[in-house]
Amino acid sequence: MSASAIVMAIVGAVIIWGGLIASIVRAKIAAK
Amino acid sequence: MENRSQWGTRLGFLLAAVGSAIGLGNIWRFPATAFENGGGAFFIPYLFALLTAGIPLLIMEYTIGHKYRSSSPRSFSKISKGMEWIGWWQVLISFVISTYYPIIIAWAMMYAYFSLGTKWGDDPTAFFTGDFLNLADPGTFGSIVPNVMIPLLVVWVLVLFILGRGVKKGIEIANRIFIPTLFIVFLIIVIRAVTLPGAMEGLDAFFKPDWNKIADGSVWVAAYGQIFFSLSIAFAIMITYSSYLPKKSDITNNAFITGFANSSFELLAGIGVFAVLGFMAVQSGTGVAEVVEGGVGLAFMVFPEIISQMPAASFFGFLFFASLFLAGLSSMVSISETYIAGVQEKFSISRGKAVLFGGGLSLIASLFYATQGGLNLLDTVDYFINNYGVALAGLFEVVAIAWFARSLQDLQSHADAVSDIKLGIWWRICLGIITPIVLGYMMLQNLKTDLTRPYGDYPFEFLFTYGWLVAIGVMFIGTLFTLKKWPTKDNQA
Repeated sequence: MSASAIVMAIVGAVIIWGGLIASIVRAKIAAK
Repeated sequence: MENRSQWGTRLGFLLAAVGSAIGLGNIWRFPATAFENGGGAFFIPYLFALLTAGIPLLIMEYTIGHKYRSSSPRSFSKISKGMEWIGWWQVLISFVISTYYPIIIAWAMMYAYFSLGTKWGDDPTAFFTGDFLNLADPGTFGSIVPNVMIPLLVVWVLVLFILGRGVKKGIEIANRIFIPTLFIVFLIIVIRAVTLPGAMEGLDAFFKPDWNKIADGSVWVAAYGQIFFSLSIAFAIMITYSSYLPKKSDITNNAFITGFANSSFELLAGIGVFAVLGFMAVQSGTGVAEVVEGGVGLAFMVFPEIISQMPAASFFGFLFFASLFLAGLSSMVSISETYIAGVQEKFSISRGKAVLFGGGLSLIASLFYATQGGLNLLDTVDYFINNYGVALAGLFEVVAIAWFARSLQDLQSHADAVSDIKLGIWWRICLGIITPIVLGYMMLQNLKTDLTRPYGDYPFEFLFTYGWLVAIGVMFIGTLFTLKKWPTKDNQA
């Protein structure tokens, strides 16, 4: 894989999967 | 005392909503769309569309369902009497989709069986269109194909059984099984896919950014289209599902979780699909671009060919088609729930009767797709009902609520009162300005394309009858439902 493809894969994964994890964590904190 | 059905848990609602959003389009539409629209660079318009249209629209629909605690038509009628027809229009769009969606699930079920021994042989395309579907020319229906009709009936029995058991005991339990299973099965496929020879070439093609594409308006339209069609927005599903939420529910965070979960699965699907396409490109000595395809062709023609070349072909073929089956089934249940809830409330009948009546009518209509001409019919109805049904209904919905009823501030107050994340003016700008402009532009672009060149090169009469007439017809039929008054006492879904 080229460097630019690796960077975009990481950026995409961090934002999308990170967004999901952050939303779940926030829901857990709010529910306490 | 409130006797409306409710989700048993917040997780139950989220799994059902995510199960509705994650459908066949996540697996076979997103990867090809991303590749054709700039690869890695597509993530920028895609994420922008998710945050400015997808999640704001989800919040709006969740709030409508939660605030008015009714089916989509009744919720719209409670906002403004003149808006009830939008709800029926959306319900009828779901009805039309529910007539062809189970066919694809039935195909996936049969292909899971065909995988055991790769029964499609050396030419999967000829097997699919010939041996399996016995495909007739466009415009002709021919006879019923038993290969398709029998699994179709099995799918319907499953769908009606789940719906008949109700929200908590049927839909919630089914999704508690389907969605974790789907995730595990798909994860196994992706892990295997990325370890295949050539997988890195495929992933490079998928993620490599083409920054020139960012300046192209059609790429942004494609991104908004992907988000819009993928999130089960504007066909009454999310309003219906959120109407079963308990009064104390965090609407806004639920919308963020649903939106990001749907995109997370899409990204996973993109990685899996392109790793496998890279494998195929290396095996056949061609470039990845030459083997990229989307839709039915990808799932039932390209993938069988690739699966045949993989080690442990039967096992991975079965897993792939099982995942299509699960993704389709959870979406199908949500699509059908829209008209069951609507009919039950409008005609004040029991849930059982609504399931038998609504599901039975859809089942009968679905038999047309089990004929030799079924694939052409499905392709045409799907294209028109999405582009001129779902997209147009979404545009009308957001314009009616933001501009005519001026209900955004009221809905925001309701969402803020029960949610952890408070909405700001950004939410009203996204819905009142950005979304209508993008959806309006999308409609004009689609109209321009379809009026200059007939879709799929099908005969004009065929496109007119099963494309334009169906898509526009549901809007007018929707208005007929408004002629009957709502019963004075709610018949709770």
